[in-house]
Amino acid sequence: MTEMLVLDNLTKRFGPFVAVDGISLEVKPGEVLGFLGPNGAGKSTTMKMAAGFLIPDAGIARICGHDVATDARAAKQHLGYLPEGAPGYSEMTALGMLRFAASIRGLSGAAARTAIDSAIERADLATVVNQTIETLSKGFKRRVGLAQAILHDPDVLILDEPTDGLDPNQKHQVRNLIRDMAAQKAIIISTHILEEVDAVCSRAVIIDRGRIVADGTARELKRRAENHNAVVMRVAAGDLDKAKKALAALKGTGRVETVSRGKTGARLRVYPVTTKSIASDVAAALKAKRIHVQELNVEEGRLEDVFRDITSSEAELAEVANG
Amino acid sequence: MGNILTIAKRELKAYFGTPIAYVFLAIFVALTGVFTFFIGDFLGRGVADLQPFFQYHPWLYLMLVPAISMRLWAEERKSGTIELLMTLPVTTTEVVIGKWLAGWVFLGLALVLTFPIWITVNVLGDPDNGVIAASYVGSFMVAGAFLAIGACMSALTRNQVIAFVLAAVVCFLFVMGGSGMVLDAAAGVLPDVVVQAIGNMSAMVHFDNIARGTLDVSDLTYFVSLTVFWLFANVLTIELKKAD
Repeated sequence: MTEMLVLDNLTKRFGPFVAVDGISLEVKPGEVLGFLGPNGAGKSTTMKMAAGFLIPDAGIARICGHDVATDARAAKQHLGYLPEGAPGYSEMTALGMLRFAASIRGLSGAAARTAIDSAIERADLATVVNQTIETLSKGFKRRVGLAQAILHDPDVLILDEPTDGLDPNQKHQVRNLIRDMAAQKAIIISTHILEEVDAVCSRAVIIDRGRIVADGTARELKRRAENHNAVVMRVAAGDLDKAKKALAALKGTGRVETVSRGKTGARLRVYPVTTKSIASDVAAALKAKRIHVQELNVEEGRLEDVFRDITSSEAELAEVANG
Repeated sequence: MGNILTIAKRELKAYFGTPIAYVFLAIFVALTGVFTFFIGDFLGRGVADLQPFFQYHPWLYLMLVPAISMRLWAEERKSGTIELLMTLPVTTTEVVIGKWLAGWVFLGLALVLTFPIWITVNVLGDPDNGVIAASYVGSFMVAGAFLAIGACMSALTRNQVIAFVLAAVVCFLFVMGGSGMVLDAAAGVLPDVVVQAIGNMSAMVHFDNIARGTLDVSDLTYFVSLTVFWLFANVLTIELKKAD
């Protein structure tokens, strides 16, 4: 069994509303899975079921082979969980909370001290350990939650929006932390910050209306963007029409559009027909026509566009089906 | 067992994390004094016992135990920490018992702080200290049972005020059930067996038995079963609606 976290057909209904509709996925050690979706898509509900907090109406979640519903204690021993909003006991100090978690995790004495010290260091909490949780800023609260989740060096980490409310430096730090731990662990992070997927995730799953609508690496998802491998170039203003004509005649290129047009130069974007790269063909064609190219860029495609495309088209399709 | 103690320790610390704990202890001790001396007429009776002190305990608990129990679960729900707690490797039963235990220890401490009255009665006369000890045990048992009721009510809601009111109402039923008023009214319309059953369900009747100095197994069994029943209901409540 190589998969550390397995979700098998998880389903959850709240009254007539189906929040999560048969989600199945597996996370292997070394994988950091980014769980994306618009608000209300069922991200948190899925995470809660995976962590064993919410009981699914159907389906099973397994952590290191242990069913979180029937073999909860064993499953939870392998799990570090950061709930949505990083709740904490307001009257406890950060250190007190970590000690409490360590004690529940069965750590005592020197082992507990080592684990707590290491968690404090990794979450960079040293300056606030003796402050009560209620006096901490949002960012520190989140890091206390993170420290609690990684305290016992778990095999599986489920982090619900771990960087929400952090400033750019803290975000960077948390991402580094996640990357550092990634090698031996199976990690799921939910987020709606798409740059996070590029920064830390080895794989991204997009859900919408409780269903998985895309699953792949960031690069694979970007390939679905309309402008993936599109070429943007800047030519002298006088060459614009000539360049357009040359590009339209080229095999493998689709639409050609003018992005911007100034006094000295103009910017053009040419889309490929397939996902294959057209950059060298474009460059060669322009050179053959003796058009001087001032700049040339190949676009990767933006995750935002793919995300919006997938989640909104799915929603529209469903509306058509219902209507 | 270890987990139960860890939970109980955390909860107990949480009680003392705010000044409310000290206020509560002061109010408890002051009120027992008021009931004993003014309403129970401890000095005027001229009897060296603590009956005027103990007889009002269930009534005091009616108001004070819900104040202790209301935050146990409602606060966890409101702040979302329940999600953190229940995803740690603990069972629901361990958490339920740990939380209840913390409240019980706290109430025990309140009871211990009433020791000046025991000294007083021993200075003034020659009371039966066995009866007093039994009464303390009985009072502690009533507190434990009411606390179990209150904890279960707290698990039903995220609102501490609602938790308080629900707990007070249910505890009230268990106190009033044994009062002459209810039993007399019931005797008029219901068969004797039912009236007796109502009386037997009442915490008051069993507490009075113990406070008379007879630590009877049936009375102790009553309080233990009442506590266990409500703790069990508490576990079920949490299991069924953990995330609500």
